[in-house]
Amino acid sequence: MKLTIIGAVLLLGILGFLFGVILAFIARKFAVSLDERVAKVLEHLPGINCGACGYPGCSGYAKAVVAGAAPVNGCAPGGKPSAQNIGKIMGQEVSDTKDMVAVAKCSGGANNAKTKYVYKGLFDCRAAYILANGPTDCAYGCIGLGTCVEDCPFGALELSDNCIPITDYDKCTGCGICVRNCPKGVMHLLPRDQLIYIACNSPEKGGVVRKICSTGCICCKICEKECPKDAIEIRDFLAYIDYEKCIQCGICIEKCPTKCILDRGTGIPLPEPARVTRKRLKELKAAQE
Amino acid sequence: MDFGNIMLIAVSAILVNNIVLAKFLGLCPFLGVSKKLDASLGMGMAVIFVMTLASAVTWIIYEYFLLPIPKNFIFRFFHLFDPSVTPSMFDLAYLETIAFILVIASLVQLVEMVVQRISPPLYEALGIYLPLITTNCAILGVAELNTMTNHYSFIASVVHGFSAGIGFTLALILMSGIREKLELADVPPSLKGLPIAFMVAGLMSLAFLGFSGLKF
Repeated sequence: MKLTIIGAVLLLGILGFLFGVILAFIARKFAVSLDERVAKVLEHLPGINCGACGYPGCSGYAKAVVAGAAPVNGCAPGGKPSAQNIGKIMGQEVSDTKDMVAVAKCSGGANNAKTKYVYKGLFDCRAAYILANGPTDCAYGCIGLGTCVEDCPFGALELSDNCIPITDYDKCTGCGICVRNCPKGVMHLLPRDQLIYIACNSPEKGGVVRKICSTGCICCKICEKECPKDAIEIRDFLAYIDYEKCIQCGICIEKCPTKCILDRGTGIPLPEPARVTRKRLKELKAAQE
Repeated sequence: MDFGNIMLIAVSAILVNNIVLAKFLGLCPFLGVSKKLDASLGMGMAVIFVMTLASAVTWIIYEYFLLPIPKNFIFRFFHLFDPSVTPSMFDLAYLETIAFILVIASLVQLVEMVVQRISPPLYEALGIYLPLITTNCAILGVAELNTMTNHYSFIASVVHGFSAGIGFTLALILMSGIREKLELADVPPSLKGLPIAFMVAGLMSLAFLGFSGLKF
């Protein structure tokens, strides 16, 4: 009996000690030496693991940078400071990174654009898009089910009462996830310091746009003519602003007959958009169910 | 041990006495990691790997340290000092569970470190699943079945561990295939998620009961 107890204690003690020693030995012998630059690069990343760079999380991006597979300025949320710091660690010159923000290039939405059917399916733009390019008549306009709002890792997007995403420019980092996930290509990245944008995405002819949407670009060319710096150009029946030339005088905003050129600083000529939170999205979902 | 017997052990462990669906061991990973096919495949591979290794090592521990037989090392150690002791004084089989847990946990840690150094691709593939199964009850259950319950020989133990791992992987992959479809199915709200998964598991278990009629 006494020997059994001693034997049991001995057995477990020896086993535990033995495995401890072996593990300690192996841990030292087989230690994997990590490149110390990975940890340094990781320090200068935001650490939000948004995945906008295309790598699994910030550590994945840091590894790719050190391996030379990813550019040092690939982190959009980190912006200029993190790109410069990472450049220093890697001993590389940093090419200029522009500070961008995401904007919905559509002002149709529930109030201004017509729909061809009532959609009652999965509450997701990508699912609705499978059914004949979504319920909106306009093949290029916002569906308004808030896929971008759900996918934004920074909570920078909100759906307006008009069911168009509004960007909170303080929160938006220009990571481009919404741009990639929007099935209609409504979301665009614009330079942060430029405020005027064309809130229409449709390259259809004027007559077609006029029939289905009251705030679409109808290709009247008035903005192109009125712009003092020739910064606006019509391509494929849709106006584009050349931000190298634009001086943000706002003449085009006043002259546009369908009011589809917007100043995102003031929201003109939109009435003060009723800012809504994710609550609005939940309400919409609940109403549908 | 002849070849027929080994085959019998293998088929029985994979189909008839499936570790998940007949013995109800390892249900936690079975429901936790069966949401996606990729993940379940990774988990299955890790389980096969660890189960085979653990079967071999625990068999040695059981046979040479826990059983009250003359080749017990503890007995031999005491026998050196006092020739009057008998093997029956060292019946440590009741320590089986705690000894096996110790052995399996250290073994998995050890294997993880070695694999990380020697084969980074394998390490990436097994990933998080390797440390996850350190305390998996299926591993411990198989070790227990090998020794206390069935008294298998060394080779039979290893084969049983390997095929129990394959049985686990089979059940996991079948389950994940069903659950990927279940995601899109119109399930009543109160049954969404785990409840329906448990029902599916129960039905799968019933289906596997059909294998118990298997005869050679």
